[in-house]
Amino acid sequence: MTNNELIWRIAGGSGDGIASTSQNFAKALMRSGLDVFTHRHYPSRIRGGHTYTEIRAGPDAVKSRGDGYNFLLALGDSFARNPQEDSIYGNEEIKPLSENLDDLHEGGVIIYDSGLLDASEIDDFDARVEENNWYVYDIDLRNMARDVGREVMRNTAGVGATCALAGIDLDWIEELMTEAMPDKILDPNIEILHKAHDMVEEEYDVDAHDVKIPEGSHDEEQVLMSGSDAIAYGSIDEGCRFISGYPMTPWTEVFTIMSKNLPKIGGVSEQVEDEIAAAALAVGASHAGAKAMSGSSGGGFALMSEPLGLAEMTETPVVLIEAMRAGPSTGMPTKPEQADLEHVLYTSQGDSHRIVFAPGTVEEAYTQTRKAFQIAYEYQIPSIVLYDQKLGGEMVSLPASHFEEAPNPSLGSTLTEAELEDAPHDESGKFSRFQHDVEDGVSPRSIPGQKGGRYLATGNEHQPEGHISESPENRVNQVNRRLDKIDAIHEELQGESHQTYYGPEEATYGLMTFGSQQGTVEEAVDMLNEQGHSVKAIGVSDMAPYPVEEVTEFIESVDEVLVVEMNSTAQFRGLTQKELGQYGEKLSSLLKYNGNPFEPLDIVDGFETKIIEGGELSSTETKFVPAAGD
Amino acid sequence: MSAFSAIGDGQPTEQDDYTPELEPQATWCPGCGDFGVLKALKGASEELGKSPEEMLLCTGIGCSGKLNSYFDSYGFHTIHGRSLPVARAAKVANPGVEVIAAGGDGDGYGIGGNHFMHTARENHDMTYIVFNNEIFGLTKGQTSPTSPKGHKSKTQPSGSAKEPLRPLSLALNAGASYVARTAAVNPNQAKEIIVEAMEHDGFAHIDFLTQCPTWNKDAKQYVPYIDVNDSDDYEFDKTDRREAADMMAETEQSLHEGKVLTGRYYVEEDRPSYGQEKRAIGEMPEEPLAERYFDDDYEWEQSSELFLDQHK
Repeated sequence: MTNNELIWRIAGGSGDGIASTSQNFAKALMRSGLDVFTHRHYPSRIRGGHTYTEIRAGPDAVKSRGDGYNFLLALGDSFARNPQEDSIYGNEEIKPLSENLDDLHEGGVIIYDSGLLDASEIDDFDARVEENNWYVYDIDLRNMARDVGREVMRNTAGVGATCALAGIDLDWIEELMTEAMPDKILDPNIEILHKAHDMVEEEYDVDAHDVKIPEGSHDEEQVLMSGSDAIAYGSIDEGCRFISGYPMTPWTEVFTIMSKNLPKIGGVSEQVEDEIAAAALAVGASHAGAKAMSGSSGGGFALMSEPLGLAEMTETPVVLIEAMRAGPSTGMPTKPEQADLEHVLYTSQGDSHRIVFAPGTVEEAYTQTRKAFQIAYEYQIPSIVLYDQKLGGEMVSLPASHFEEAPNPSLGSTLTEAELEDAPHDESGKFSRFQHDVEDGVSPRSIPGQKGGRYLATGNEHQPEGHISESPENRVNQVNRRLDKIDAIHEELQGESHQTYYGPEEATYGLMTFGSQQGTVEEAVDMLNEQGHSVKAIGVSDMAPYPVEEVTEFIESVDEVLVVEMNSTAQFRGLTQKELGQYGEKLSSLLKYNGNPFEPLDIVDGFETKIIEGGELSSTETKFVPAAGD
Repeated sequence: MSAFSAIGDGQPTEQDDYTPELEPQATWCPGCGDFGVLKALKGASEELGKSPEEMLLCTGIGCSGKLNSYFDSYGFHTIHGRSLPVARAAKVANPGVEVIAAGGDGDGYGIGGNHFMHTARENHDMTYIVFNNEIFGLTKGQTSPTSPKGHKSKTQPSGSAKEPLRPLSLALNAGASYVARTAAVNPNQAKEIIVEAMEHDGFAHIDFLTQCPTWNKDAKQYVPYIDVNDSDDYEFDKTDRREAADMMAETEQSLHEGKVLTGRYYVEEDRPSYGQEKRAIGEMPEEPLAERYFDDDYEWEQSSELFLDQHK
């Protein structure tokens, strides 16, 4: 934990504007030269219910949510319905101030809206303040906002007070508000921003505490992007102009970004009756000559199992997005988990195959979504991008240049009419769409409407022209050809590794993870090495085909490996053991499945107490599962 | 120049052009009504001069799904109940293609019922032929969504306790803009109706009575049939939703009383198709989307140039 960073938590009720306020605040800090990273926590509720966003800002790359926070802006929950302590949600009115209060660092700052929150309702509040040396500023933000115009502007008042106490130049905030707000509400918001700021500066000693905004600068222009943004933009840059979907949290974000932008670039978005239709539409659009995608979260993806298999068997390119949330069934809709790995790898009947990438960062979400399209259209196979509520929703500052890549609209192994003239046909003129002996197993396709390209696509086993066949010889030939594609893809992927290595080349211990926990694992590696341990990490993105060679080399290079993942059954460790067929004695697991992503200290704690000392974990939030053998 | 020169090429066609040399003989049971659909579809396609390579025929699973094997065109033999979502997206992506979907009554009214309602509602410019034999044929004679109440089968040994589904009324209420019923025993009417359906600019639903001589002997041959548009006994305005609804209700009721009524039930000519609606609100390109991927001069948009500023 470094003192040279601000971890600002803005807490309030769902519907109180926490998301937009925090996004502007994060962007302002980014523009001031800092690296930022946001972590969102929200309930599956329409109005009311405790929600917060943490913005972590520092001069150097921040890759994860922080451990706890050092600055709390507690707004009221204006939609709170449960003022009673013994109701199912507890006393919601006080939660923005009371929830996770012990995670506030020693010496931390609290601003709370005394117009809505009464600190005396919190157990031992004064004693805890004293014990932790917290600096508390109770300000009637609501009243201040009411005076200027509308109560909802208490968010802005809170930001003004924050800036006064943390030493943030108001110009950055004003600039953002000017861009984001319509004229009508801009003036009163700017007025209250200054009013709150000046009042705090006048009435309090703003230098009493040590929590100050650090200074930083960027060498190149930055953008504030989420994983959902990156997936959508990656798709657009691969020429994807068709999306079909059905709303489901958290996948809806990608669907929304695409639906907003596709019409501007001559694309089509279809919101349809269910996820079976959604995936089937993407298959139909791709079959007819568009680059197409669909997606969902776990429950909706379950419905896509059928069209997924159809795409595999008919060799129709398609990209599906799976945004994991805590399951099973409806689970916890707004909470992250990484428990759909096996679901995505194995759903759909028969010896079916698909490509699965699990990007570890926002940058990788962009790059790997693009690669998913390239593989899908070149090899005529479904590609899946597997991510989760954490990666989809977190906003990170990154160099803009990462996303300034040229578009690639290629339909891959698809023929033009001129090329079809030279392609093999049967005696009646039907195109041999599914030839037996072709390089890398890829038999080029035609598109309906092309002269000389007619064939039959079918989910049944089929002969080269597509007609249904149960001939054993043809069957073996077609199965082997489809398998050849997987080998070719595996080879292609080896040439441009999606795996991320971190830490010293030589180390005694290894941390392994997949998908969204990568940045947090990397922060833990830094902390452990600073404490004198010898640790390195690998973040794996290729789930299928699995990067056997790379992971083997990593595991061979260390004495012991701790596998970190957000589920209760160690699915990624299981996949690794299945693919490698060994190392069961060497891989133990650190799991977290309480609805919150890992914090770096969770991993440090797991590593030190279990791997080094063989003791008990200090928290019940994570679970250690020892190596079990092969 | 179009990358899809088969579309609208205007070459004269003959019925044989739609007969695949690989499987010229259909394997349906002797006397099966499905032969009637195949013949009517070939006849209609010939009459409209549709080249096999500008047609996409999407089927589901069942005896009806074999239509793809015996009709030579671009084909997509999908999975049970899912022909419509595949077909309608193909129409959106490549609107010049003549898209026809086909399936059985279990496929379209049972497992795919949700897609049926929503495809009708969206009014895609396509034709949907439902082979309605009131039975599951390929799986050997189980009760289907259109089997009459009391229908006994190995999976409903005491007779079905359910009212049969009313396909024409369902199509009308869901939003289809052309609804007809024909029968395999009436080849001329069947061909005429398919021609009209293909020419109709919207979702055209044809409930096609296809007798199953193997598993549904009760239903016999759907004869004698009466064309409600020609018969003096029936008078209604097929462009009037309420009158159409009444005529459909009577038709659906009378089928199980031994009277086979057929004809055009609802025709709404002036309703825009889905493609027209989407283009009108700026959510579908004027030029077919599929063409763009073959246009070497098209300047593809880059996300960073259009959307990155809002993240800065």
